[in-house]
Amino acid sequence: MIRILSTFVILWAGAAPAEVQIKTPTSPGGIAAWVVEEPSIPFTALEIMFSGGAALDPRDKRGAAYLMTGLLEEGSGDMDAQAFAAAQEALAASFGFDVYDDTVTISVRFLTENRAESLALLKTVLTQPRFDPEAIERVRTQVLSILASDAQDPDSVAGATWSQLAFGQHAYGTPREGTAASVAALTREDIIAAHQRLFTRDTLSVSAVGDISAAELGPMLDDLLGQLPAGEGLKTAAVDFATEGGLTVVDMPTPQSVALFGHVGIDRDHPDFFAAFVLNTILGGRGVESRLSAEVREKRGLTYGVSTFLVGKEEANMLMGQVASANDRIGEAIAVIRDEWTKMARDGVTQAELNDAQTYLTGAYPLRFDGNAKIANILVGMQRQGLSTDYINTRNDKINAVTLGEINRVAAELLQPEALHFIVVGQPKGLNEE
Amino acid sequence: MLIRIFAVLGLCLPMQAQAQAKVSNFMLDNGMQVVVVEDHRAPVVVHMVWYKVGAADEAPGKSGIAHFLEHLMFKKTKNLASGELSDTVAANGGSDNAFTNQDYTAYYQRVAADRLELMMSMESDRMTGLQLSVDDIATERDVVIEERNQRTESSPGALFNEQKQAAMYMNHAYGVPVIGWMHELKKLNFEDAVAFYKLHYAPNNAILVVAGDVTPEQVKILAEQYYGVIPANSAVQSRARTQEPPHRSARRMTYHDERVAQPYVSRSYLAPERDSGDQTTAAALVYLAEILGGSGATSVLGTELQFDTQQAIYTSAYYGGTALDNTTFGLIAVPVPGVSLQQVEDAMDAAIAKFMATGINIETFERIKMQMRASEIYAMDNVEGIANRYGAALTQGLTIADVQEWPRILQEVTPDEVMVAARLVFDQKASVTGWLMGPQEELK
Repeated sequence: MIRILSTFVILWAGAAPAEVQIKTPTSPGGIAAWVVEEPSIPFTALEIMFSGGAALDPRDKRGAAYLMTGLLEEGSGDMDAQAFAAAQEALAASFGFDVYDDTVTISVRFLTENRAESLALLKTVLTQPRFDPEAIERVRTQVLSILASDAQDPDSVAGATWSQLAFGQHAYGTPREGTAASVAALTREDIIAAHQRLFTRDTLSVSAVGDISAAELGPMLDDLLGQLPAGEGLKTAAVDFATEGGLTVVDMPTPQSVALFGHVGIDRDHPDFFAAFVLNTILGGRGVESRLSAEVREKRGLTYGVSTFLVGKEEANMLMGQVASANDRIGEAIAVIRDEWTKMARDGVTQAELNDAQTYLTGAYPLRFDGNAKIANILVGMQRQGLSTDYINTRNDKINAVTLGEINRVAAELLQPEALHFIVVGQPKGLNEE
Repeated sequence: MLIRIFAVLGLCLPMQAQAQAKVSNFMLDNGMQVVVVEDHRAPVVVHMVWYKVGAADEAPGKSGIAHFLEHLMFKKTKNLASGELSDTVAANGGSDNAFTNQDYTAYYQRVAADRLELMMSMESDRMTGLQLSVDDIATERDVVIEERNQRTESSPGALFNEQKQAAMYMNHAYGVPVIGWMHELKKLNFEDAVAFYKLHYAPNNAILVVAGDVTPEQVKILAEQYYGVIPANSAVQSRARTQEPPHRSARRMTYHDERVAQPYVSRSYLAPERDSGDQTTAAALVYLAEILGGSGATSVLGTELQFDTQQAIYTSAYYGGTALDNTTFGLIAVPVPGVSLQQVEDAMDAAIAKFMATGINIETFERIKMQMRASEIYAMDNVEGIANRYGAALTQGLTIADVQEWPRILQEVTPDEVMVAARLVFDQKASVTGWLMGPQEELK
């Protein structure tokens, strides 16, 4: 058993997904896209991403982008909400509209047999949305219901409390859904303005994977997106982000406390990013194999799950984590996490941990590319980040290039036990706010 | 050229032929069934072992043991140290996990295709080689208790569903939650885990599903080498579960929780499941759920309650057809502010009554049929999903032929069959109606 195992490990070099052949056509009308031609299944996954999202809401219009996004399938052109839904269902096409703080995304899926009709229907959403008053009221009521439920949900409350503490008056400081008051005050004009603000050609990234050729895609994109306004280069406002170490408790009647914690992270373009990425993997990014999981879950049984993650927003970078434990055990879980944070900052990681994490990360990377929709999603994200198509073939080299000296220098710089702030939602015992 | 002519004529035959994943199957001498799903687009493989044992097979008083054992399966075995399996999968760039439901327990790894042998060597090792120690129990039981805290105790909606499911099943173990009742979960011990393991974990109670960039020939050689050498266990018994008596009284329940911000009504009816060789009623119920509550904008409940009378924020109908024993058909209505639960429930019942009297809109029916056909094409993008279909079906009383006929049966359902199924399932006496509400003092 052991012998078989080590042979395999030595042979494993973390191959790149050589099968992904990306073409980068520019349409006759000037729209750049990344395409992978994969005709074996008669459908296409199309990903459209606009940089600029809910954080572009004017200060007193928080929730406008979210409400607008919720209204995109509620009527366009000569179709009301029900006629639009019937048309979409008849084509068996799906359009997933999502808005985040810094992006709006459209995840499209259509059958080859219905390609033209599906894109024509999507075009009405982008160019002729109706925003009927009746639809606005219907979706507004849904958003208010979501906000009311979020206010009672420990995870949502922890997230909202963290954002408020970290970003204050900046748009990042409030939920993208808005507040009950801001959503109630949104007008049809605010929604139209959000649509015009976000769907612009200057912030566009597009990828298509499936039963479509690069040559076919260009004219289709011109027809679908060519009429969008050029855009004014809007960007999320800059924000100063820093945390002070400590603890904030939000009282909620629940048997298990939820904790969200973190401090400043690292920019995707920073030369130390890959060292930080591997470091986070070892600390808490790697499921049950991470250090935090070993200490909090495996050794002590204090939680079902503890994890850490790097958050890269347009204007702020964070290293964050989460854990949930019974009210009488969360204090111990937090003490163990603080302790591990301090240890890793001071002593760094071992060569064996670094090697394991590198093997894991480089081996896992090609496994991400096993579906049209998954690949389309990865490609559009790469475009937005300004990466080249070649990144897929060089990314593992960057992971493998991280040395022990480098990662431990980054551990000492990135991990700041004194700045680590915990938000605890629940009724924790034996924990005092600092 | 031929294909183009077909496409122009709008014939869907070539597409249907295309839209079946390439599946092979064979049986090992020790009774372990093997299914291979081929997808050669990426050099990835999903390796799964599904055991024909789930929470509904637990002994009375031992709720949660099937799921607890699933956690313990990652501890020390004959050839692996505690945690080594997951570490090894990760060291090879893969991911692994496990899941338990009422009818099955499954373990899987997703990994580069050339790692398949390593996965089989480890998974076969823990099929009968688990070496639990008493020390493993207390800490891992704490983890599972925290899992119950996280998934159930922290969620009023989950607590409500748990109570409702318990009211639905009067005599069948589906009324007991998979994760276990807290008072029983806290008492699960070493002997319980070992006894459950020895009784149910054996090749003749397991199904191997391998999906991805592999051939049946490769899988056969490896499966015989690693799984084929494990002797069948004669202690494995056929699954005899207590069944439901006739339901003679509609049940109603109200669950109050101060953490509820959005009240709603949820109704479920006892319903037949997909049975081997007899899936037509289940297929009709799939349509019924879509027609009544599949799309907020075009379904019966959505049109009536969300658009016409505007009494509901959200409505839905659901049917989980794949189960070993009787399943449920459900309806949900979430009222807008100012509309009471009684009013929205009455509106829901009125909409169903009207539907039963007027029947099915044929355009709606055709749209749903089209979506079912399309979903088979989209499903091929996710080989892991196809693997799950086979694993779930084969541990829930269906055969490979049943799985492969299912898309055709769905295409052949008629509106009349849907109405017959609706009359069958809408039996008030076999229903539970639940109201999820905020704190009691708010009741007026």
